[in-house]
Amino acid sequence: MNHKFIRNLYAVPYVIWILLFVIAPIILVLYYSFFDIHGNFSLVNYERFFTPVYLKLTLDSFWYAFLITFFSLIVAYPTAYLLTKTRHKQLWLLLIIVPSWINLLLKAYAFMGIFGTYGAANNFLEFIGIGAKQILFTDFSFVFVSVYIFIPFMILPIFNALNNINPALIEAANDLGASKFMTFRRVIFPLTLDGVKTGCQVVFIPSLSLFMLTRLIAGNRVITLGTAIEQHFLVTQDWGMGATISVFLFLIMFIIVRFTGIGKRGA
Amino acid sequence: MKKLLTAFVAITLASVLLLVLINRLNAAQGYSGKDTLTLYNWGDYIDMDLIDQFEEETGITVILETFDSNEAMFTKIQQGGTSYDIAIPSEYMIEKMIEEDLLIPLDHEKIPNLKYIDERFLDLPFDPGNKYSVPYFWGTVGILYNPEMLPGKTFESWNDLWDPDLKNSILLIDGAREVMGMALNSLGYSLNDTDPEHLQEALAKLRKLTPNVRAIVGDENKLLMLNNEASIALVWSGDARDIMWDNEDLDYVVPKEGSNLWFDNMVIPKTAKNVEAAHQFINFMLDPEIAAANTEYVGYSTPNKAAFELISEELSGDERFYPPPEITDRLEVYENLGKEMLSLYNELFLQFKMHKK
Repeated sequence: MNHKFIRNLYAVPYVIWILLFVIAPIILVLYYSFFDIHGNFSLVNYERFFTPVYLKLTLDSFWYAFLITFFSLIVAYPTAYLLTKTRHKQLWLLLIIVPSWINLLLKAYAFMGIFGTYGAANNFLEFIGIGAKQILFTDFSFVFVSVYIFIPFMILPIFNALNNINPALIEAANDLGASKFMTFRRVIFPLTLDGVKTGCQVVFIPSLSLFMLTRLIAGNRVITLGTAIEQHFLVTQDWGMGATISVFLFLIMFIIVRFTGIGKRGA
Repeated sequence: MKKLLTAFVAITLASVLLLVLINRLNAAQGYSGKDTLTLYNWGDYIDMDLIDQFEEETGITVILETFDSNEAMFTKIQQGGTSYDIAIPSEYMIEKMIEEDLLIPLDHEKIPNLKYIDERFLDLPFDPGNKYSVPYFWGTVGILYNPEMLPGKTFESWNDLWDPDLKNSILLIDGAREVMGMALNSLGYSLNDTDPEHLQEALAKLRKLTPNVRAIVGDENKLLMLNNEASIALVWSGDARDIMWDNEDLDYVVPKEGSNLWFDNMVIPKTAKNVEAAHQFINFMLDPEIAAANTEYVGYSTPNKAAFELISEELSGDERFYPPPEITDRLEVYENLGKEMLSLYNELFLQFKMHKK
């Protein structure tokens, strides 16, 4: 009995934390979403969310988040695979993680210089004879920079999954006559699926609400749900609408997490 | 368990050490003293030497914090987390702050230097009798362009921006009032228009501008114009002044249909803790010599008549920044259109931003 009491006591800080910083904010956001711009209780914000403007915004956000996740995965998987084959795994891993220690804003400004009309990227294109192109303020630059920023978060879980595979399993596949491709498809990839899922979630969910890069790198030619939330809270002071978009964003994330089945690990 | 305990103790010790260090540093800079003044200003909008001079003359320590939009400033003052003694919002925001009862009325007896302000800039509709605010700088919204990159092009009218030759070359400000205002002006309407039909017309017109728009940006426009990243930008006159100091090829013009006339005024928010020092500071900044030095540094147009006489001819003789009355007559100050209209302006602006090429 006494033992149980102490165990419950340990849980107190955790429970307080969850209540204050997870449950309470969600309830507040939900609460604000039911008030219109004059502070009257109404469902007008939800009605507004289902107008073409906000639906298109949601679809756009999804599309760009999908692109960012897709390209991150394409680059990250082979990289993580190669990393497990190198001799100084931890050192290489560290080198990949280091850029994520630098402030996001600094990286964005650096890319503005690199991708500018007279920047390094265009100098290179001129040099190899392709000629200067507009890179900054395009969909390409937005997706590129976002992928660059998110890639460490994709590599890490995949690397861990690959690293944890028991080499005996691969040897067994070889002994039983599987080709290299067969081994990858039937043994390695299924065993890293959890890592891939985690990586995709960690990249996809924040990409949905990116807002600083949309202005700095995409020149507001790409608008996401995050841009709209920022505008409603800071500019229009329409907290109700901002909260409503947040509620939908939260719902979408919840569905994604359930759908990709995280938490059912350990199988 | 022992390791965990060691780590716990180590982190606690490190935190305590850092706390002591921070306190020492603050004490060294005088932050912990009682006589401080917290100034909430736009970024790079005051000559720091003048703050030093004020600190020396009065013994009051000035703490400077900056904001990058009126709305962000409003939200922070409304929430009241920090006790700002002075803020420098724009005119439409002052009107809103008065409405929301966020400002302390000024004691004009403590601001004798108010007499130096040009009468044209006193007693304006957003703050009758200057009960709550004193002008700091004023200016216009116009077109900054690079004549070398655009041979033969002039921008007498807003409609010149819709020229099909200008594909992909305009930088707009990321502000609903500025961009919608420009479209309304180009159609011959007031930039305070509240007729929904006129606003829809403005949106339709803006959509036609999309092929010419390179990007919709914030403060980065200075950097981008300096690097010749674009040849045209919609800017505030003060930013134009700043950029033209660094890149002399550029020119600035206020189109003939009219544009926005704006003011940034000093106010004392309700959050103020040192109202006495705030008055001292306002009076200090209105002193002709001080205001002139500040104008030379910031480059915006000064409302201070005596300071205007003191600044260099190069600044005061420039009609682009001190336009003659026939131009100022066509300028309009933003009115506070109310939450609902502001929301509509922003919704339309959002639709414009989402419009693809």
